[in-house]
Order: sequence, then C-alpha cells, then structure tokens
Amino acid sequence: MDWENIEEGAIIEHDLKKSPRTGDWRYMKPQVDKKTCLGCGNCFDVCPEAAIDYDSERKADIDYDVCKGCGVCATVCPKKAITMMKNT
Amino acid sequence: MNEKLTKHLAPGHSTCAGCGIPAIVRTVLGATDDPVIVVSVTGCLEVTSTLYPYSAWKVPYIHSAFENGGATAAGIDGAIKALRKRNKIPAGKKIQVVVFAGDGGTYDIGLQSLSGALERQHDFLYVCYDNEAYMNTGGQRSGATPRGADTETTPAGKKSFGKLEKRKDLMSIVIAHHLKYAAQTNVAYLADLKMKAKKAFALDGPRFLLVLQPCTNLWKYPTSEYVRIGKMATETNFWPLWEYFDGKYKINWATENPKPIEDFLKTQGRFKHLFRPSGEKVIAEMQKEVNEEWKRLVNLVQI
Repeated sequence: MDWENIEEGAIIEHDLKKSPRTGDWRYMKPQVDKKTCLGCGNCFDVCPEAAIDYDSERKADIDYDVCKGCGVCATVCPKKAITMMKNT
Repeated sequence: MNEKLTKHLAPGHSTCAGCGIPAIVRTVLGATDDPVIVVSVTGCLEVTSTLYPYSAWKVPYIHSAFENGGATAAGIDGAIKALRKRNKIPAGKKIQVVVFAGDGGTYDIGLQSLSGALERQHDFLYVCYDNEAYMNTGGQRSGATPRGADTETTPAGKKSFGKLEKRKDLMSIVIAHHLKYAAQTNVAYLADLKMKAKKAFALDGPRFLLVLQPCTNLWKYPTSEYVRIGKMATETNFWPLWEYFDGKYKINWATENPKPIEDFLKTQGRFKHLFRPSGEKVIAEMQKEVNEEWKRLVNLVQI
C-alpha cells in the first residue's frame, strides 16, 4: 500500500452551527455605554471569544451569542465604558 | 463576532471564561499572511477548541499526542520539503508550521521531541503558552510551576508551603540548541507578542516563543483579571520580557523600580498560604530568586 491509500483519521470541518452555545454560560453581562466609548479597540484583542467589533458608529459592540461574560473587556477599558450587569 | 480576529480561530470553543489562550493564538497567527498549519498537543487549547463534533479551527490543524508536538511539526516540515521537490508547492510560497503547546507538553512531556526537532533545524515556530501547571487536568504541578505555588499535587498545609522546587529554566534549554530566535513574552502585552511573532515568522529554521498565560481557574483569581495579573508578573520582574536573536540578548521591557513580588503573589489564591505566619520566609526567598534571575538576564544582555 502506498501513502496515497492510507486510511484517513478523524477529520472535522469547521462549522459554526455545530458550536456549543457559549453565550449561555454567562451570568454577568457586559454593557457598553456608547456615549463614553472611544472606539479605541483595546477590548477587541483581549476578548477570549473575539466577540467585540465596531458597530456602525465605530463604538464597541458585543456579540452576546458567544460572550461568556468574563469581564476582561470591562477591566481593560480605559474609559470604564463597559459595566458588568447581572445577566437577565 | 469580530471577523478580522476570527480568521484562524473561531469562537464557540469552550475555554474557561476569562482565559487568555485564544488571545495568544489569534495574535500569533494574525502576525502572518502566509498559509499556516497548526499542530496542537494535548492540553487546554486542544481539548477546548476541538470539542466533537465542532472544531473552532478554520486553518489546517492536527492534534498530536502530549509528547510529540515537535516530532509532528518535523514530519509536516518534511512533507512540505518533499512536495516542494516534486514541484507540488510553488518555490516562492512559504508555509508556516506553528505548534501550540502548554507548559506540560513543553517543559516536561514534550521536551525530548521538541529538543530533537530544534536540533534537526526543522522549519517551524513553537509557541508554548505557560500557565505554570497541568491546568487541563485540575492543576497538578509541572516543571514550570514556581516555588511556593499550591497545586493539586503539592498542596500547601501545615508541613508544606506548596511546591518546594524552583521552576525549570526552559529558555536556556531551548537556546542551547543553537536556534536563531527565541523570546519570552506575556499575554498581557499583546503588542510585544505580536512584534515577536512577526519577527519569528520572517525567519527560517526553528523558532520559539514562551508566553505567560495566567489561568483564572487554578491560579485562583476572578475571571476578569488575566490582563492585570499578567502585567503584574512583568512589573515585578517575575516574568521579564526578553528575546534572543542571533546570539544577542535583548530586554524588551524594564523599569527602574520593579514592584515587590508580594504585589504579584497576593492577587492569586494559589499563593494565599504565603501570607499566613511563617510565609514571609518563602516570599523573601522568592524575591531573592527573582532579583538573581533579573541580574543574570541583565548580565547576558551586556555580554
């Protein structure tokens, strides 16, 4: 048997629809005060879920489908524009 | 979801809330435009990013066993070279092989395989995210655990103050393999990590990055604090940022007045026993070690 006929191992294709709903883990919810937010982007890179992006007005916008509510974004915000609220 | 940041690793992975590993992966892989092949050995990143039937990886990814991250990367490098010889890959096209491994898979279990791959001068980048114990299995001590840390296998109590031994000096072991580039960095300094990843990707041959990765669950601190605690590790000189390039050492961040080591220790539950009576002695020893290590590093830079 040559190498082209070797049996393949388990292969998983990336498909976001199959992902666990990590937004359901959250018990504290970060809320952006869009008036104070500078749009500096400090919170984008540190977010473990990469859940934060610009909205149409270049302010931080959080995707609550994937946000686990860790609160790192609130800690790094230079303007304290993100507050952690109880998840409702 | 941020489209730009999720080109390689998508959300939906199951790392703990407040874990820094995904930020390390995104920053490192975001530093290159070349196609990448990711190797990940058993560890936090592997179990959380490939939760069957879902894979958070959008790039070719291979899971290898705990001990053979280096060997798997060497094999991929060999395959790329063979395909190049047969003109299956265009000559000018660079393909980056990146290994992500935890400290258990690097300092301890994967060390011989890493050593072999470094010595054979394979073309790959090895990134070790160092959370200073086997966090994926509940926090057993590893070669990376600092002295005094309370872990599952070195519990602090009346007779013991946690881990008795000093951590392994992995950077010196790696540099002893005559590689071109090795750097120590920290997830709390993502700009520094990105700069070092960029430098590493531009080179050929083996390259190595050691990244400190505070663990919210078993360093025992609130989920929102990894950036602050990571910064504290560097500001106390516990985890200096430095690099080794072509025989020369360079410190990337320094302060004239480093904070006392207590400032770092008191942020974490794994060191809380050191703040009980008779803990001062261990803290003083740790401070002495940190000062000595820093002096050694400064001497290396000056040579």
